[in-house]
Amino acid sequence: MSDAISALNHAQFTGFAEVEECGLQGMITLRGDLTSKPLIAGARTAGGRDGRDGKMPKMGMAEVAISVADRNGVCWMSPDEVLVLCPYDKVEAQLMALTTKLGKTHALAVNVSDARAMFRVSGGTAAREVLAKLCPVDMSPGAFKPGMFRRTRMAQVAAAFWMDDSEDIYIICFRSVAQYVFDLLKIAAQPGSQVGVY
Amino acid sequence: MLILHCPYCGVKGEETEFAPGGEAHLARHGPGSTDDDFKSYLFSRKNPRGVHFERWRHASGCGKWFHAARATDTLEVYATYKAQTLAPPKQVLDIIAKKRPGWNI
Ligand SMILES: [Zn+2]
Repeated sequence: MSDAISALNHAQFTGFAEVEECGLQGMITLRGDLTSKPLIAGARTAGGRDGRDGKMPKMGMAEVAISVADRNGVCWMSPDEVLVLCPYDKVEAQLMALTTKLGKTHALAVNVSDARAMFRVSGGTAAREVLAKLCPVDMSPGAFKPGMFRRTRMAQVAAAFWMDDSEDIYIICFRSVAQYVFDLLKIAAQPGSQVGVY
Repeated sequence: MLILHCPYCGVKGEETEFAPGGEAHLARHGPGSTDDDFKSYLFSRKNPRGVHFERWRHASGCGKWFHAARATDTLEVYATYKAQTLAPPKQVLDIIAKKRPGWNI
């Protein structure tokens, strides 16, 4: 079998903030009643959140850990949808574990990993500024905080992002617009174009 | 520009993140209805200067449809509320009554 490769295969750009395509990331879309116990248990297992407090992330929040050792998480997408993140090579197994936990619960779970692309923008307040240039979202440190998850538009396409504890921003978009989003981020992070509002 | 609050995901976003869906609370007249009812359902809209009830969709966000009560003349948004209703809720009407004395639905 041929090797799976992400949309831009770790493309990088260094401007006043760092932009990087994150490579392959497992993603499962899960829709259903977010208060249903089997659904919560399934999402937490598949998203590698076992042994935490056993709840869904609250409205507008995400619980994600992306590191060398970890690529897991659960993100609140809408009142009836969460996005489960897991390592790319584990996605089928995690989907199976999720489906097993769901049992007969009315829900929908689909592997969407190959339909998406993921980026990281880092550089502290500089990263906030890159996003602020592209999205109609208040990115000031008082308004957008680590742990928050926001679906919005990035210039002309849909995007979703969250911020981790080191204030790196992770962006998810459709794979078909990955190049467009990378180009946007590069232009927004161009050296010399920093506004310095934050 | 309008600032809308999505009642489903809690986001306070600006207009370009949403998609307008026209007048709210229309009664649907489908097969079997009179020609007049069908015609007015399809084509007749209030288009008022002043208070207007509208449908909006959080298109780039959570994807949900909701309602907004706003003024077409001042662009003030009085309130947004969920789609699971056939008429504006009382608390929304109260807000409008306070800001527009003498206004009637
Ligand atoms: Zn919303």
